[in-house]
Amino acid sequence: MSYEIVGIAILWTFLFGYLLVASIDFGAGFFSFYSVLTGHQNKIHNIIQRYLSPVWEVTNVFLIFFVVGLNGFFPDAAYYYGTALLVPGSIAIVLLAIRGVYYAYNTYGHSGKNNIVYMALYGATGLLIPAALSTVLAISEGGIIVENSTGVHLQWGQLLSNPYTWAVIILALVSVLYISAMFLSFYAKRAGDKVAFEIVRGYALLWSAPTILASLLAFFQINKQNPDHFTNMLNIAWMFVASFICFVGAVYLVWQRRHLGVSFILVMLQFAFAWYGYGRSHLPYVLYPYINVHDSFTNSTMAYALITAFVAGLLVLIPSLILILRLFLFDAKYVRGHEGKKG
Amino acid sequence: MSSLDPVLLSRMLTGITLFVHIVFASIGVGIPLMIALAEWRGLRTGDPHYTLLARRWARGFVITVAVGVVTGTAIGLQLSLLWPTFMRVAGQAIALPLFLETFAFFIEAIFLGTYLYTWDRFKSKYFHLMLLIPVALASSASAVFITTVNSFMNQPQGFTLKNGVMTDIHPIQAMLNPATPTKVSHVLASSYTLSAGVLMGLAAYSMLRGRNHPYFKKALKLTATCTIVFAISTVMIGDASGKFLAKYQPEKLAAAEWHFDTMTHAPFVYGGYMDENGDIKYALKVPYALSVLAGNLPSTEVKGLNDYPVDERPPLSIHYMFDLKITTGVLILVIPLLYLIRGRLPGRKPYPRWLLLALILVGPMAMIAIELGWMFAEVGRQPWILRGYMKVSEAATTSTSVGWMLVMFVILYLVLCFSAIKVLSKLFRNKDAVEEMKQLGMEGAESK
Repeated sequence: MSYEIVGIAILWTFLFGYLLVASIDFGAGFFSFYSVLTGHQNKIHNIIQRYLSPVWEVTNVFLIFFVVGLNGFFPDAAYYYGTALLVPGSIAIVLLAIRGVYYAYNTYGHSGKNNIVYMALYGATGLLIPAALSTVLAISEGGIIVENSTGVHLQWGQLLSNPYTWAVIILALVSVLYISAMFLSFYAKRAGDKVAFEIVRGYALLWSAPTILASLLAFFQINKQNPDHFTNMLNIAWMFVASFICFVGAVYLVWQRRHLGVSFILVMLQFAFAWYGYGRSHLPYVLYPYINVHDSFTNSTMAYALITAFVAGLLVLIPSLILILRLFLFDAKYVRGHEGKKG
Repeated sequence: MSSLDPVLLSRMLTGITLFVHIVFASIGVGIPLMIALAEWRGLRTGDPHYTLLARRWARGFVITVAVGVVTGTAIGLQLSLLWPTFMRVAGQAIALPLFLETFAFFIEAIFLGTYLYTWDRFKSKYFHLMLLIPVALASSASAVFITTVNSFMNQPQGFTLKNGVMTDIHPIQAMLNPATPTKVSHVLASSYTLSAGVLMGLAAYSMLRGRNHPYFKKALKLTATCTIVFAISTVMIGDASGKFLAKYQPEKLAAAEWHFDTMTHAPFVYGGYMDENGDIKYALKVPYALSVLAGNLPSTEVKGLNDYPVDERPPLSIHYMFDLKITTGVLILVIPLLYLIRGRLPGRKPYPRWLLLALILVGPMAMIAIELGWMFAEVGRQPWILRGYMKVSEAATTSTSVGWMLVMFVILYLVLCFSAIKVLSKLFRNKDAVEEMKQLGMEGAESK
């Protein structure tokens, strides 16, 4: 495999990590706020907090990693996306900032009581951020960033009138709620919290149908937006079929209230197949038609250094991640809430 | 808005983001070390006061980390949004440290979350303390990596620039440029000083409010000692930075010192102001001091600004930043020293009001010194973004919307900082330390 394929595969994997971790986080934030609004607070709020508190900071890193890596491996991408995305990028930063800070203020700053304004900011940004970030996927299909003699420009009209943009936004919103509810079902079941489990199971089943419908919608909108990409997707159609089978399995298990761990692994596989299938068929373009992975790649010395750093980083990162998972996700006592009061 | 050009607006927005980020980032680098020190002392001496100190610091620390994280995210993304041309060219050479910094950040994020939620969870108390080692190491490591990027921009090396494209790149050589040692060590030392200084101010504030519990006295002694040690190292490294400037970036030192003609036995110009005709008034001139600063000997030749073309000279206003930074730096060292010495003198009240007030001021002064230091370093390399290779004006975005983004971010930062201060003060007021000691059943808590 060439360096550039390794490079884009690393970046794509980090984006996938972000997709999963952030979806759980964003969706949980929304459910948490919703539970306060509807008076279900005591039933599911605690379990959400117990999961989120130790990991909220980790989520952000996946995104930063992707952006920094993209700059490093494909400096031209920094130029095109950077110039064109000033406004939407800045708005996304502001939303991320509000969300991160007010989460910390609410969780650590006040003794026990929830501040409804903070919760609202947290819940609302949890839906706005995925919507904002997902538009980059639409932009990457081409036709929205245009380069002419005066420089690189984002065509707002093109972006907002494009049905594919909206298909991607809808997909992002419903999958955030779906992934999050599926995860929380698993987590509540582990905690042995029956009441919370029944509520989040309901959410999970509720959001499963819209997720698959939105996926189909986005799938066929790509055909209109970028037929080449669509043809590429059809060539690896088995990946999308596999994704669908995983989806059916995951929902079936939640329906049966059995093997929730396996169910969530199937959710991860469902999105992994779709995500890597989409990414693979998008190649060789990072931004159609300006940036492709072969022409815009960084110099080979830097590529080698980055990949080495990446491997070395993983050697430290993976044990640390296992530690945090064992302490907070697979430690039955903590999950049930007997331990782990903050200092 | 549109009358201001994107270059100036981009500079302003980057400057404001960094201005906010630097305070929280520096605290983020230093406080884990202080927490570790307090917890370690608590374990070694078996004195629960130190453990409580560590806990209370950690609680407030998370709030500052949150602001540090989001402003750091902002600057990380703004680098590409505001300076796309720069990133396209230099991204080839600085990607490695940026990438490594993210790894350090990752480790810090994982272990900080773990640390906060595992008090009383392990059989060995030392295991909990050990969780802080990766936090402290990783936060310092990210400062190291990101500072090498800044050093590279000041002292680029490890590549050849051909037709706007970097070739023949050596990433490690780019990281280990001549500016790296002094910059990195100065950043670390000053961050530790700031953190110890702020915590010292907190202890002094509690005592000023009439709380005489031994807990606060221990906190004050620990933090003051740390402040002195860190401040001494900061001053010493600062001297080395001066020598570095004289050798590698003489135009920055010359602009800071209003030193125009190259000469030996150069005087150090302190204070004063420059009128419209370029005459220096009311300044204190210390003979030979600049030559001594530049090379330890009065006979050292110091290059003057007149050796540089006018359009490559840094603005002369950096003189004020330089002087103010040095002044505050010295005060930060002298004030806690005064407290330690006074405490040893027989028959003197060890905690007079004026001294406590001065100790409280050390934290803010350290913040000002760090801001001034960075402003001096950054403004001092104007007009270059990549000194000697690329000017700032060639690197900025061409977008016309920077003005509105500037307005948006200024509002965001104002709200963030204001609410951070509110939440932090509420946090410490709601749960008074003496109250908490009573709750925890620590002995000696009643001697309020």
